[in-house]
Amino acid sequence: MEELIARAVAAALEAGASYADARFTSHEDEEVRVKNGAVESLRSSSAQGVGVRVLAEGAWGFAATSTLTLAAVEEAAGLAVRIARASASTQKTPVALTPVEPASGRFPAVFTENPFDVPLAERVELLLDCDKLMAEAANVALREGFLEVTHEKKYFESSEGAQIYQEGVETGAGIECTAVAPDGSETQTRSYPSSHGGQTAQRGWELVRELDMPSHAEQIACEAEALLTAPACPATVTDVILESSQLALQLHESCGHPIELDRVLGTEASFAGTSFLTPDKLGSFRYGSEQVNINADATLPGGLGSFAYDDEGVPGQRTQIVREGMFTGYLSSRETAPAIGQTSSSGAMRADGYNRIPLIRMTNINLEPSDWTLDELISETKRGMYLCTNTSWSIDDKRLNFQFGTEVAYRIEDGDLGEMLRNATYTGNTPDFWGSCDAVCSADEWQLWGVPNCGKGEPMQTARVGHGVPPARFRDVRVGVTQEEEDGE
Amino acid sequence: MLDRAQVEAICHLVLEEATTDQVEVLVNAGESALTRYADNRIHQNVAETGSAISIRAVQGQRLGVCSTNDPRPEALRAALAKATELAAIAPENPEFPGLPSAPRPQPGPDPVAATINSTPEERGKAVREVLEVAAGDSLTASGALETTYTHLAVANSEGAFAYGEFTRSSMSAVMETEDSAGRAEAHAADVSAIDARALATIAAGKALASRDPRSLEPGRYTVVLEPLAVADMIFWLGLYGCNALAYQDKRSFLCEKLGQKIASEKISLGDDGLDPRGLPMTFDFEGVPKQPVELISKGVAMGMVHDSRTAAHADPPVTSTGHALPAPNPWGPVPTNMFLRPGEATVADMLRSVDRGLLVTRFHYTNIIHPINTVFTGMTRDGTFLIEEGEIVAGVHNLRFTQSILEALGNVKMVGSEGVQCEYAWCPPLLVEGFSFTGVSGE
Repeated sequence: MEELIARAVAAALEAGASYADARFTSHEDEEVRVKNGAVESLRSSSAQGVGVRVLAEGAWGFAATSTLTLAAVEEAAGLAVRIARASASTQKTPVALTPVEPASGRFPAVFTENPFDVPLAERVELLLDCDKLMAEAANVALREGFLEVTHEKKYFESSEGAQIYQEGVETGAGIECTAVAPDGSETQTRSYPSSHGGQTAQRGWELVRELDMPSHAEQIACEAEALLTAPACPATVTDVILESSQLALQLHESCGHPIELDRVLGTEASFAGTSFLTPDKLGSFRYGSEQVNINADATLPGGLGSFAYDDEGVPGQRTQIVREGMFTGYLSSRETAPAIGQTSSSGAMRADGYNRIPLIRMTNINLEPSDWTLDELISETKRGMYLCTNTSWSIDDKRLNFQFGTEVAYRIEDGDLGEMLRNATYTGNTPDFWGSCDAVCSADEWQLWGVPNCGKGEPMQTARVGHGVPPARFRDVRVGVTQEEEDGE
Repeated sequence: MLDRAQVEAICHLVLEEATTDQVEVLVNAGESALTRYADNRIHQNVAETGSAISIRAVQGQRLGVCSTNDPRPEALRAALAKATELAAIAPENPEFPGLPSAPRPQPGPDPVAATINSTPEERGKAVREVLEVAAGDSLTASGALETTYTHLAVANSEGAFAYGEFTRSSMSAVMETEDSAGRAEAHAADVSAIDARALATIAAGKALASRDPRSLEPGRYTVVLEPLAVADMIFWLGLYGCNALAYQDKRSFLCEKLGQKIASEKISLGDDGLDPRGLPMTFDFEGVPKQPVELISKGVAMGMVHDSRTAAHADPPVTSTGHALPAPNPWGPVPTNMFLRPGEATVADMLRSVDRGLLVTRFHYTNIIHPINTVFTGMTRDGTFLIEEGEIVAGVHNLRFTQSILEALGNVKMVGSEGVQCEYAWCPPLLVEGFSFTGVSGE
């Protein structure tokens, strides 16, 4: 493979590129999906190929092939250079890359128990056991379970001399059930350990053991059933405590995306949008309260956004994003870093497979813990709601106005967790919301969540990113957003 | 890229060498290219060639699926062996009715040479046309131009065989000022049918007309929804409701509603993979020919789309309508060629009828909050305008809405006579009363 990649880089230079990198990626995964006691999916897949990225005449070109021959990668390299020249016809100033020390090395996957070694029959049995427990616990219409393991190998070489081989193994699992009202007017879902596929990490089968899904199957089935007759979340303004997986998605949408410097500089403008965190705000903008400290850390063990080197050959690193509420840093690339006066990339360029160019993507975006326990937080809240587990998400094209829905909410009255509420939603404006954060839980409550489905770019790329988050409290949040009753005309 | 003979050879190898009771092979091979521009320059420009082969092995009611992007015989044999191994491990799935035996689908339209042969230089020329419009009005332009050429084949041991070659192209153009934006987009099989300058001109007009936007209080407003916004609503209806798996799982809005009025009598919605106004595709990912399906007729809920499995479980059983996605998937059958029947109004007619309301170019980042009630939320974007006394008088800051889609379709007062092909559906504009806006953009 090294020979193929070296040839791709050389061919690009011979065709006229001033810079070239080539990346071989091999991706394998196995999925088990169970629904209502039946195995819906037992699937294995693999894909591999080579992508060649070049600068020619000061502009970018990229071409990819799944054919692993010298002739095919040479053709891809030549096409990439031709494409770059077409790009150059609109280039105002040549692309300049910040320097990076060409790295070399081999970086293996880190796990305790290789998930691919766990017999598929055992994986199926685990999900069927969970299914049975959910079925026995409550009268829910839909019971689902999911397990996926992946293994990715990457070899990167650049015309500057980088030669980096990396491997990663990921394991993901989750269960959920949906209850349906007898008259069909309502459905309610509860999931464990979180929604949208559960939990995923760069770990082995030990993650699945720790999740202990069978021990939670009964509880979520009962909660889904109970939600059918729970009162709807009222429309009001109140204090909210966000459970960590919901706060992870809040962090993802309202901090992780707006700090992507390519988005800030406009390159996502026609698709997912731009960012309110414009460069003039760096170092001077109050993003949140003094309780809010956020970092981007690609070095966290087990994080879905962890790596030794990004897809430009820049080392994975930690960047402070928000310090005591002040906005202090972006996720950047070799091309974009100079736009904010920096001389090196923060190492956040990642591609979704061999056939995609790297974009600035979240690594692990983390809310740093403080010193509260969740029990203290609830007991110190006079009136409010505890909102758990995401169901829906939406945010505007500047990443300001957001609205989220959660699977369940619990009323808090005089410091006690009270009745369960269904169809909970909350909405707000990003800096106002983070500005209202007055308490963050401790490291004991901090959990590193994996988000394996972060979409960005055209053609669409799906990134796997991480968020380490403890629960936290936010004051005076609008909850229970429903259709406007008053006629505004 | 693989040609037809190579694609068919892959199918034959899998069918001939399979040892399980049934087998299905799906081949998706092709080329694609995308030129992306922002800040008045091309900043990404990519192309790829590849293939994806998926093999579904069936032993009794045990299923295993293995996919690979390596079309060489040894790789196909390894994938077939893996699928067979998985089928042996899998417990029986009593819900699985067997692979469908389907008639050969009729040929679709020929792929378009202009799209197949599109070059980086031609895509660059189209982008420069957009940039020229932007420069003329000191606007910032962004967008993308994409072309794809796909060979799709599905074959199974029960005799189904479908093969098609498809071309697709799409272009978006967004124009921005300091405080406003406008957008236009086009989707066609023939890239030469896309007029980049015309798209840019529409987008620029919207951006310029919505400068100095006003702030509007949330509330219920009469809205003129342009086709992109309408298509967004229709997409969610199709995915969450007009889908037989959602219906059979009792999570569709159609449950208990078939045959009942669920929308204005002005609303008729269907799916037709053969309609040349759209992007025709004559068969689904099980190789079953697509059938036209009436989903809503004059406001009455009429039906849903099926794949072979939901068809077998329907009460009474029906035949697949040809709307399967690649197996396995958790979504079930999905309508991908929807058409909202046009009415008789022009946008000018709609505007004239509005005393005070909004014109919405498109929605952004929509998501379903309550599937049964079809409540969704999202933002307006790229051209939201205040209408007063029948005329557009100003741009407004983007608004968040929280709204039941079916309620909105129940409040339709006019349907446009002309529509456009959007990404997922062909839609005319609509005039809707009482659309619920629940928030405003923060900047």
